[in-house]
Amino acid sequence: MVATIDQRSSPGAGPGRWDPAPADTEGMRVVPRRHPGRWIGIAVVLVLVGMLVEGFITNPRYQWDVVGEYLFSGAVLSGLVRTLELTAIAMTIAIVLGIVLALMRLSQSIVLRGVAGAFVWLFRGTPLLVQLLFWNFISALFPVISIGIPFIGPTFFTLDANTVIPTFVAAILGLALYESAYMAEIVRAGILSVDRGQFEAAQSLGMRRSVLMRKIVLPQAMRMIIPPTGNETIGMLKFSSLVSVIGLPELLNSVQLIYARTFETIPMLIVATIWYLVVTTVLTIGQFFIERHFGRGSGQGPRPSVVGRLLRTAFTFHARPRQGRPA
Amino acid sequence: MTATIVSARGVRKSYGAVEVLKGIDLDLLEGQVMCLLGPSGSGKSTFLRCINHLESVSGGTLTVHGQLVGYRHRRGKLYESSEAEICRDRSDIGMVFQHFNLFPHMTVLENLTVGPVTVRGRARKASVARAVQLLERVGLGDKLKAYPKQLSGGQQQRVAIARALAMEPRLMLFDEPTSALDPELVGDVLAVMKDLAADGMTMLVVTHEMGFAREVADVVVFMDGGTVVESGPPSQVIEAPVHDRTRAFLSAVL
Repeated sequence: MVATIDQRSSPGAGPGRWDPAPADTEGMRVVPRRHPGRWIGIAVVLVLVGMLVEGFITNPRYQWDVVGEYLFSGAVLSGLVRTLELTAIAMTIAIVLGIVLALMRLSQSIVLRGVAGAFVWLFRGTPLLVQLLFWNFISALFPVISIGIPFIGPTFFTLDANTVIPTFVAAILGLALYESAYMAEIVRAGILSVDRGQFEAAQSLGMRRSVLMRKIVLPQAMRMIIPPTGNETIGMLKFSSLVSVIGLPELLNSVQLIYARTFETIPMLIVATIWYLVVTTVLTIGQFFIERHFGRGSGQGPRPSVVGRLLRTAFTFHARPRQGRPA
Repeated sequence: MTATIVSARGVRKSYGAVEVLKGIDLDLLEGQVMCLLGPSGSGKSTFLRCINHLESVSGGTLTVHGQLVGYRHRRGKLYESSEAEICRDRSDIGMVFQHFNLFPHMTVLENLTVGPVTVRGRARKASVARAVQLLERVGLGDKLKAYPKQLSGGQQQRVAIARALAMEPRLMLFDEPTSALDPELVGDVLAVMKDLAADGMTMLVVTHEMGFAREVADVVVFMDGGTVVESGPPSQVIEAPVHDRTRAFLSAVL
């Protein structure tokens, strides 16, 4: 008992360290709380970052001169353009197809729902690399492609598979179909997130389903759809490097062709890395503006600028709640 | 001879085995204000939603503007209406919801013009002029560019009323329009509705506002358990109810 009382009255550990609450706190200086753990963390991280930077500067095997030499070379730039083409075309097809699949999955018809479900199951359930190889060798499965009514009907036209599906088309098909399965789920979740009252309000104005979707539901679903779609676009940019296995000269394949000849493997991979980072950075900034556009009507007060937001994200450890001010 | 706007004869509605409307009979005449009173679960909102086919009736005959709701009749057969027919019927009926259901991604002005432009095919310029007029009428002429989130509940509901009026409806349905509002905001919305009633609009109002029903309604209908218990002018149904169930309900809410 006595020991307990001693402990509670010992300096620095209990109420004995502090004065009684004053009647008035006006004008008193606020001493911020200390965060020793945070400072240890910062020290460790700074040492590690320092080691990394030192390596960049002093390790000659990075061959920065080679990186500089090839960064803007014609072969690399045309590979970059090809990567951007692949990403843009595949993503566009995937978004359109994804919307169609999502509407099918939300349809009243069990046939449409079933077919869309099976499509998503198939293309989401197999590796992209396998799908790309399949499309590349599709002419082994279907030497000719003909459009007609199955089993019974007439054939409308026939094409040679090798001529209509060159490597670039195979790559687009592989990337777009795989991605559309994911986009379908993203769009579906977005549509389901729109309040039922919105459907009813639009219906009671006499809107047809197509107008209701276009004017009322999809614009609101966009707020849910855009952030994951941005991630998917960035993912697509990176996934497009898989296309190098079917020999399409996109960014990765272009640098591979160069280092196969010069053996400057690491600097060439750094060239590719730099370009991938540049493009993902640009896409991230673009996503911010698109999100802001579709966030209309949901915000309270003015929104922070891009720079403001980036700075705030980078330096949040400076934001310290102060007494008497909102955090 | 005033025209009958809504006519219900033995209207039934069930969800699976649960029957929520057990044969509703009533008539709403042009220019009348009818208030539907009753405890929650009595089927008044369901009946209201049947009128613009947000719910389909399971039995009985329901006509609006002399036209069957959800069906067309030919040679003794009922044909389910096409989407175009349903939409045309709905466009003549304004509806105001408990939770406003304004389109949050559009400004107040766009909320009012989207219906006339996309459904009625009106010119944008004329729709804007009409929308501005309506917003001034509900006391929100200064909120054209605001988004719904920036408005109070009472303001949002007045915008919702103006949005319905922008379609130039011949009948207005109100589904508990003041139930989601702070008490001090109810008055503004009721004032707009009174103004509308005085203007001769045909209105069907599901409400718990006894004062409004007593003052504005031509006919009060008391519903319970999916049936109409009693109906008549407010002086009769509210002041001198005949049925015990009506009396019990009124003594609880008044």
